[in-house]
Amino acid sequence: MMPPMRDVHPVVSPLLGRLTLDALPLHELPVLLAFGGVTVGGLALLAIITYFKAWGWLWRDWFTSVDHKKIGIMYVILALVMFLRGFSDALMMRAQQAMAFGDNAGYLPPDHYNQIFTAHGVIMIFFVAMPLVVGLMNFVVPLQIGARDVSFPYLNNFSFWLTASGAIITMISLFVGNYARTGWLAMPPLSGMEASPDVGVDYYIWGLQIAGLGTLLSGVNLLATIVKMRAPGMTLFKMPIFVWTALCTNTLIVAAFPVLTAVLAILSLDRLLGMQFFTNGLGGNPMMYVNLIWIWGHPEVYILILPAFGIYSEVVATFSQKRLFGYTSMVYATIVITILAYLVWLHHFFTMGSGASVNSFFAITTMIISIPTGAKIFNWLFTMYHGRIRYELPMMWTVAFMLTFTIGGMTGVLLAVPPADFVLHNSLFLVAHFHNVIIGGTLFGMFAGINFWWPKAFGFKLDRVWGKRSFWLWVVGFWTAFAPLYVLGLMGVTRRLSHFDDASYQPYFIVAAIGAAMIAGGIGCMAIQFFVSIRDRNTERLRDLTGDPWDGRTLEWSTSSPPPDYNFAFTPIVYDNDAFWDMKTRGFERPTAGFKAIHMPKNAAAGVIIGLISVGFGFAMIWYIWWLAIASLVAMLGVSIWHSFNYKRDFHIPVEDVIRTEDERTRLLAAQKVVA
Amino acid sequence: MIRLPSPLRPAIAGLALLAPALLGGCSTVVLSPAGDVAQQQGDLVVIATLLMLIIIVPVMALIAFFAWRYRQANTDAPYSPEWHHSTALELVIWAVPLLIIICLGAVTWTSTHLLDPYRPIGRIDATRQVALNAKPIRVQVVALDWKWLFIYPDYGIATVNQLAAPIDQPIEFDLTSADVMNAFYIPDLAGMIYAMPSMTTKLHAVANKPGNYAGFSSNFSGDGFSYMKFRFLAGSQSDFDAWVARVRASGAMLDRATYLKVAKPSMNHAPTFYSGVAPGLFNAAANNCTKPGQVCMDAMMRADAGPHSGAHAEGHAKNDDAMKMSAMPMPGSGKPEVVEATKITAKNSAQSTARLAGAGLPMPGDRRTF
Repeated sequence: MMPPMRDVHPVVSPLLGRLTLDALPLHELPVLLAFGGVTVGGLALLAIITYFKAWGWLWRDWFTSVDHKKIGIMYVILALVMFLRGFSDALMMRAQQAMAFGDNAGYLPPDHYNQIFTAHGVIMIFFVAMPLVVGLMNFVVPLQIGARDVSFPYLNNFSFWLTASGAIITMISLFVGNYARTGWLAMPPLSGMEASPDVGVDYYIWGLQIAGLGTLLSGVNLLATIVKMRAPGMTLFKMPIFVWTALCTNTLIVAAFPVLTAVLAILSLDRLLGMQFFTNGLGGNPMMYVNLIWIWGHPEVYILILPAFGIYSEVVATFSQKRLFGYTSMVYATIVITILAYLVWLHHFFTMGSGASVNSFFAITTMIISIPTGAKIFNWLFTMYHGRIRYELPMMWTVAFMLTFTIGGMTGVLLAVPPADFVLHNSLFLVAHFHNVIIGGTLFGMFAGINFWWPKAFGFKLDRVWGKRSFWLWVVGFWTAFAPLYVLGLMGVTRRLSHFDDASYQPYFIVAAIGAAMIAGGIGCMAIQFFVSIRDRNTERLRDLTGDPWDGRTLEWSTSSPPPDYNFAFTPIVYDNDAFWDMKTRGFERPTAGFKAIHMPKNAAAGVIIGLISVGFGFAMIWYIWWLAIASLVAMLGVSIWHSFNYKRDFHIPVEDVIRTEDERTRLLAAQKVVA
Repeated sequence: MIRLPSPLRPAIAGLALLAPALLGGCSTVVLSPAGDVAQQQGDLVVIATLLMLIIIVPVMALIAFFAWRYRQANTDAPYSPEWHHSTALELVIWAVPLLIIICLGAVTWTSTHLLDPYRPIGRIDATRQVALNAKPIRVQVVALDWKWLFIYPDYGIATVNQLAAPIDQPIEFDLTSADVMNAFYIPDLAGMIYAMPSMTTKLHAVANKPGNYAGFSSNFSGDGFSYMKFRFLAGSQSDFDAWVARVRASGAMLDRATYLKVAKPSMNHAPTFYSGVAPGLFNAAANNCTKPGQVCMDAMMRADAGPHSGAHAEGHAKNDDAMKMSAMPMPGSGKPEVVEATKITAKNSAQSTARLAGAGLPMPGDRRTF
């Protein structure tokens, strides 16, 4: 086999930069087919929107909306769409590794395979897990704290569009040029100009820079919202656990994401201006990158898991029909995890030559994190104890999480023992471990959350039958896909290989591929579940007119489903950490008179406009189209300035509208009571 | 209250047996390798797992049991919707994991120090100590795109993609990389350690069973990564001597020009023998100055350390004078004068050196002791 050529720096044209016709995948049939499919599908979607004259509705009610609920839903939709891309990458990897043995080189050449595992990691973390987490926090947190929106509603819309723009930039790389072939953290010197001269790493950098800025701003926003906008009476220790985990997560975001921005900016300086921060020569040192990226990267995994812990806490109490066991210790466990999240980053590179004392320090801090995490598991366990557990879908995901995550936590602590890590680091055991905690922890939590809050968002429940099918395929598929990887890791198989010599590995890879196919079935069932539920939304079986389909405990269940734009006609007053449960048990009567006009933020177009221009800016920076970079930067600044002169940012929902909405709810609730 | 119901006991026993049963059918090299260091590391995997299973198994059993017992349909089970606190229970759920982590932490602290790859090994295997006068087999490892160069400084030979050592003798690896990050891993011999550009790392190991073992890079390094493999041959002393003789018989010389040719990216590089090696090649690779005209990192750092540095005058000497540069004593090469050179640098540039060390950054060619 010939080694691939390392391109010399191509000629940069003043008009198109590095962009030439060669950047299009005209000679790669599979990519061309995908390109064709996406183009046809995209055009069809645009045609449908145009046919139904939905552009105005989309623009007014969604794209420019500053309503935290709609922005939350848009985040989740973005995540689910990107999930399909990320999962396609996973299927392609599983297929390659199941077949590429001995003389069979598989169907993916290394340069293609390497892009796929890089894109899989980046997309799953940044454009699936993060938007799911941020989306659910966006939707739920203001409702749970009795607020009408977030602190900075326009900023929230802007943050979403930056995240979406990062996703768009990442997706463009599939068809124009190529993506990074470096692994999801783009470690130099591999990601430096010398080893990766093409646009792949630049796609990586600019996709993440723009999305990362969105995440940071969203973190600031939610942090301010939780600190400043809680309903009267909701002291910190009366906040629902999900709000606590959101508070800690956003603290982590605000402290960690600037590090990512900085380290990627420095990498850009190395690549664009020939600075030598992370290079091998001229005083550069790649270890600085390794440290910085993990100083962001480790808190990032807690950013992903803490909100899931919050969801499980809400779900387990609601469906055990019982108060959460050990609220205070749950809160302190969350805080301890938040703090320790900053003290463990070096455990990602025990094998990079640190001395024994340094390794031991980071090993032991890592192990200490398992104590509060274990306490959380026990708290959920004892919430179930003496409960009356209803096995609705969210609870099923929660029990599956508890069993799955316990194993993932155990293998995590095992990897935290440096001598064990020396034989398991970078192996498929590690791959199995982090999928075990990210799928079994974060993703199961997000699925629990989606099934839990869907009726709140749309006024009807998700179909149980298809939900159960999806659940079982997912859980069994997960273990079928990743148990073999644990074993392969113990057999000394390292990750990111596109070809193997030892045929004894093959059966395990085939089983793993079958597991991936089962998960694909789970995803299919989930899609059908959404479809069937939307189709049957008006049936007695799925419709929820009460706003409280699960006999909920926190404030979001006290308002209608979907909630009115203003969430609460009157700001609730909180006396207990299960505020709505407390209201229900004390016989709280919902006020039906005395409404006032409600002051609300107004939609703004600047967010989506700046977001879309930032796609152009990112694209220009990637391809060295300098005139476009300057023009788009000026345009973004111009729109920002224009927006800052927009003084019509708020309005009052007229009192008649409030009365009409609330009377309708009164009528529905009364009808429900009659039926009951 | 947390009394385990008797029907669950066999289930737990079954669960504990499940993991080994799953692994029984395959050759898990990590748990049963051919070298004492890897064996100790593999044993630690088992010990740590068993230690954690003390708590994991009951927890998982309790999850399953509570999830089943307190289902809504089971109206026989007690229901106390307001019960949410028990100081005694909370004490237990924080204390038990804490105790296990204290045990595991102690095991971690000692084993991390004992199995530190920088630490010369003290034993050949569980029953034999390393003789006091034992001389380790020294191997200098350079990770290239995408192959491994092994230099035996004590034998004056070098090989590509084939490594050999006598069994039951300590082996001492010095590692660096000429291009990007790689990790040097022979699962049968010892845990991995990164081979990193402009830095050196160390690994001590011993092979106990003769054999032909797989070695590879375990850190993704680009398009040829999957094909960056080598074989490690472990045999008796006479096997090793015969192997050295074979390498010497090749007659090929690894001079700087040949090295630069070998260093060009290639995959599936066939094992290659060199009966001679340019002096100082490893140090030049570790200091990023194998090409003519490159300034060695260590020379540059000495020059940067300040005008009072003794090395300043020659700091910017070009590598045209290859012999002079490569003869320069280098940290990491294990020669006594090396320490001297480091000391001089450190003394004359205490501030700048301290700054680097304080940032937790390895210095080129440093021994990396924190």
